[in-house]
Amino acid sequence: MTTRTSQPVVTGGSAKSAPSALALGGYRTALEVKTFFREKDALIFSFLFPIIMLGIFSVVFGGEESAMGGGGPEIDFTQYFLPGMIAAGIFLVSFQTLAITIALERDDGTLKRLRGTPMPPVSYFLGKIGMVLVTAVAQTFLLLAYAALIYRVELPTEPSRWFTFAWVFVLGTAAGTVLGIAYSSVPKSGRSAPAVVTTPVLILQFISGVFFVYSDLPTWLQHIAAIFPLKWMAQGMRSVFLPPEFEAAEVSGSWQHGLTAIVLIVWLIVGLVLCVRTFRWQRRDAG
Amino acid sequence: MLSICSPVSQAKGMATDSAAITVEDLRKTYGETHAVDGVDLEVAPGEIFALLGPNGAGKTTTVEILEGFRHRDAGTVDVLGTDPGRPTAAWRSRIGIVLQTTGGHDELTVEELVRHFARYYPNARDPGEVIDAVGLDDKRRTRARHLSGGQRRRLDVALGILGRPELLFLDEPTTGFDPEARREFWDLIESLAGGGTTIILTTHYLDEAEHLADRVGVIAAGQIVAIDAPQLLGGRADSDATVGWSEDGERRTIVTAEPTRIVKELAARFDAEIPGLEISRPTLEDVYLRLIGAAGPTNGAAQT
Repeated sequence: MTTRTSQPVVTGGSAKSAPSALALGGYRTALEVKTFFREKDALIFSFLFPIIMLGIFSVVFGGEESAMGGGGPEIDFTQYFLPGMIAAGIFLVSFQTLAITIALERDDGTLKRLRGTPMPPVSYFLGKIGMVLVTAVAQTFLLLAYAALIYRVELPTEPSRWFTFAWVFVLGTAAGTVLGIAYSSVPKSGRSAPAVVTTPVLILQFISGVFFVYSDLPTWLQHIAAIFPLKWMAQGMRSVFLPPEFEAAEVSGSWQHGLTAIVLIVWLIVGLVLCVRTFRWQRRDAG
Repeated sequence: MLSICSPVSQAKGMATDSAAITVEDLRKTYGETHAVDGVDLEVAPGEIFALLGPNGAGKTTTVEILEGFRHRDAGTVDVLGTDPGRPTAAWRSRIGIVLQTTGGHDELTVEELVRHFARYYPNARDPGEVIDAVGLDDKRRTRARHLSGGQRRRLDVALGILGRPELLFLDEPTTGFDPEARREFWDLIESLAGGGTTIILTTHYLDEAEHLADRVGVIAAGQIVAIDAPQLLGGRADSDATVGWSEDGERRTIVTAEPTRIVKELAARFDAEIPGLEISRPTLEDVYLRLIGAAGPTNGAAQT
């Protein structure tokens, strides 16, 4: 035990360098996705939740035709609620998943441990973004497949609609991601994180036209919902998946694509600023 | 176990002569509390240095400043030639940290985690060898969630030594270990030190500090009150010895500065084996408790 003889020199090979920040972001994405699909909570309450809800809606209102447009074409409830569920799903796997998991990672020391390694911080965020993209794409694909194959919902064929889908998806995911990272600093402890995060998200879903018809809500509630991004994501998705006649049924009588893009970009910028200013690698009480 | 002894890369030749850690007049204040109140410290390369002190004495704050987790208010700090107040990735790849808290990454297996963390370092050890070295080879495919407390700690150590650190921080590494696991852990740390790794250890176990450390520093009320080899700490070796024996069915003891003379007398008197002979100096624990007790009332209040 006391012999500190110098061991024969075993060189560890030529001096290699660690992978780039981008490559490490890729490795972290793989790790994050693996972790996400192993955590039952996240899988059920973020990933499968919209699919389960769409299923319940279909069963409850199954077969009822809805003439939302007031004399317009009649569509099935499943088709009517599909865009809202897609928007909610994107918001759940970005905002809700990140806000909860990062709060937990800060609380249990995962973030501190990572900070103590030479891993570039940007790789951590790239991993989170990568995980959100993978899960959001997979979830949206499942929702569309579920609606199209089981409920025979007709999906749009015009490229212009899929273009709208693409930018609403990208902006919505991006805003949800940065806001989720920022919001992860709000819960005081890891244990309180799920409640502190899921409650406002659930309320937002109720007032943003995900579970109810937005135009049926009281005006003051509509005004509150219009501050937050989910309402605009749901509206953008309705413009993709509902027949054009439904545009007249919107509160403003328009799909408001320009305003949707502006609101989501503003939230994206606000979220980025908040992340840069408030992100911490250690618990607040670690003083 | 021995495969882990491969020496740290000594490519930066200048680091071999100068100190691994130099701290001068380090200060850190939280509100009215002087958590660290003028600490001076120098740790040589390859040394195992143990920092002891009661909770709230400034031990964790000092170590976390050295690790680059906290900013200091005053003083100069040099860790492997770098100011840890401005940590760089290159510097981080030369140090290893085993935090006091354990946890996280619950759903990943031992092998997945070790392989992943190995990617962060430019010249990482072989993940399989490291898993073997910490004794987790039969837990490779076990998720972190299902490891016992001691196994979890070994995983922490595995992640800490992956990058062939020149300097390894161990913050209360064996809390919750059974005696056998602690012995195995000590062997591992000694083999790392044998390979040239400098080790900073904080612990509440004085036997651990005595067994492992080349030098021990005792911190109380934000100041280092004693610093020496564990056998010499606080004038331990020169302290009066206690000679004890059994005579006429009673236990006799003498506290003396000349234990050899007493033993000679006893040997002459008994002219045979001296029954129940024992000679003891103050233990490290005795010295430690005296040192932190003398540091003033503030320190006593901070003890939990």
